[in-house]
Amino acid sequence: MDLGNNFNMPDNETNKEIRLNGVGASPGICIGKAYLVDKEGVEVVEKYFIDRKNLDGETKRFKAAVKNAVNELRSIIENVPDEVRRHTGILETHVALLKDKMLYDKTIETIKNERVNAEWALKKVVDDIKVMFQNISDSYLKERSDDITHVSDRIMKFLIGSEDVNIGEIDKRVILVAKDLSPADASQIQLDKIMGFITDRGGKTSHTSIIARTLEVPAVLGVGNATKTINNDDTIIIDGTTGVVIIHPSGQTLAEYKKLKTRHEEHKAYLSRGSHLKAETLDGLSLQVMGNIELPEEVVSVLDHGGDGIGLYRTEFQYLTRSDFPGEDELFDKYKDVVEVMAPRPVTIRTLDINGDKAISSSNGSDEANPALGLRAIRYCLKRPDIFRTQLRAILRAAAFGNVRILVPMISSLDEIRDTKKLLNEAADSLKKERKAYNKNIEFGIMIEVPSAVIMADVMAQEADFFSIGTNDLIQYTLAIDRGNREVAHLYHPFHPAILRMIKHVTDVGKEKGIKVFMCGEMAGDPFNVPILLGLGIDELSMNPQSIPAVKNMIRSLKVEDTRRFTKEALKQTTTMDVIKLVEASFGEMFGK
Amino acid sequence: MNKGSCSLLKSVIIKNELGLHARAAAKIATLAGRAKDKIWLIKDGEKVDASSIIDILSLGCSRGTEITFAAESKTDFDLLRNIVIMAENGFGE
Repeated sequence: MDLGNNFNMPDNETNKEIRLNGVGASPGICIGKAYLVDKEGVEVVEKYFIDRKNLDGETKRFKAAVKNAVNELRSIIENVPDEVRRHTGILETHVALLKDKMLYDKTIETIKNERVNAEWALKKVVDDIKVMFQNISDSYLKERSDDITHVSDRIMKFLIGSEDVNIGEIDKRVILVAKDLSPADASQIQLDKIMGFITDRGGKTSHTSIIARTLEVPAVLGVGNATKTINNDDTIIIDGTTGVVIIHPSGQTLAEYKKLKTRHEEHKAYLSRGSHLKAETLDGLSLQVMGNIELPEEVVSVLDHGGDGIGLYRTEFQYLTRSDFPGEDELFDKYKDVVEVMAPRPVTIRTLDINGDKAISSSNGSDEANPALGLRAIRYCLKRPDIFRTQLRAILRAAAFGNVRILVPMISSLDEIRDTKKLLNEAADSLKKERKAYNKNIEFGIMIEVPSAVIMADVMAQEADFFSIGTNDLIQYTLAIDRGNREVAHLYHPFHPAILRMIKHVTDVGKEKGIKVFMCGEMAGDPFNVPILLGLGIDELSMNPQSIPAVKNMIRSLKVEDTRRFTKEALKQTTTMDVIKLVEASFGEMFGK
Repeated sequence: MNKGSCSLLKSVIIKNELGLHARAAAKIATLAGRAKDKIWLIKDGEKVDASSIIDILSLGCSRGTEITFAAESKTDFDLLRNIVIMAENGFGE
């Protein structure tokens, strides 16, 4: 210790324990040395006037800065480490924001009209935009003004030419302390070097917190004055669960937090060990717990959370983001990506579930009064065999690369299954003729989401290899409730006795006919529903990837015997509320864990 | 609003958990940017240019908000429809 150094504060002052409070944005505890990333230089903006003859030059300077900013973002996107690749979407959004009218055109306008320098014009425009955001009541949306700050900082950096700290070059394991981290900054970080995050700004829904949670490192954000209080190499404790930051912890505090840290890590290890274990009940029945995805990138999340496969691959996305229809090769590439990564685990590809509103040309101009009961899903596909065939061929080709099942939505009559199979066979024949690689020996399943399909399940079972119950639509159609309608949404509940009886009917038929019954609606992803679903005899559950560990954990703590006995009672109940009460009375203590 | 902009209106309720956020706004703005004439986004009588992400974000449309898209030109009707379908599908989330 530097007792003799006059320039230092007395020891007891320097090393006094300081506690700061912020938002616990990512749970966990870490103890380490601080590393400050400060963005000085961008804060002070000079204002000066530009000669009329130099205005074009000033505009060009601004355009060049934006161009540099776009290029820099693009190269960051390309070099993002795999672990955070899922989050590059926000960086793409920033690229779009850089050229947004409100920012780009307005700044150029301001330069010209007010004859000011580009920096000042940009600052003025951004300040105006921020005022508009102040009146937003929704906290998440309000924080979107951060996105605009990040984008304008990036342009400003190129205008002023200030140097950024390159956080890609940190060379030891540290706790990162910054005023704020833009998504671009966060994605440049070498993950193995960062133990935790502390920032002055930001909150639970900010991008840094999403990244921190994905990386599973603790983060305390919105501390306010962290960068002013903390110095480089200070010893720091972060408790991301309670949102506390401790600077210069005393020996006692250190010991206390070391103990907490160990306990937290043990619990985390327990859960993540659990997520990869089989979902097997105490009396030895194992279930497949699968993930629902929409984009190929989400496969990573399913695997991370211990999913046994893809129980529902929604294929609408490629159709909705464009005005024409995607081609076969394009679809095939996406499907193949997913199938290859998951192999040998199954990937259940649901065929297009879209409504007729998707018009490529004005020829299909009629508005439907009642789209939920209109031309959608399989009805639409059978009416447009040209579009359907393209997808079926892409699926059959992808099936050559792994374990594919095909799932057809909105089946309400047997004819629809037969017509679909006919098209599928034709697609296979055409691929054979063209000598393309494909696999037609794939399981063929139907969605059970229309009441007629429930009633006719025994007939449907003759033509299908499996059923997948889509609870969202089944509940909507059975109870005649539109969930989007606030007046009636409260009546929507999966525990309505009619729904339970319908599911029971389907699983009974499944057993009798020897075909498997899966569930892929929201009902499948809530641990609260697991006892009843086990008791009803569902063979496979598919849900949002994040729900997988909790559902698996629930399955492992139950006995099928108990759930069957319980379900018998549940089926005797006559109102939704009675069913809920019975679940709480029988299994309530397990949900508290 | 001028007379022409009233004829092509379509409303939708925001379903996304986080509301109409930056990525969703970017998707709308990209499509609206292809329109021949202007496409407007209206919330509670406030009208903004649907081809600007910032304008859209400034409305602060949280989950459950009803918003209306309006096209000025008939030729942009398909585009308007596609934007609405995308919104109805929760912007693919």
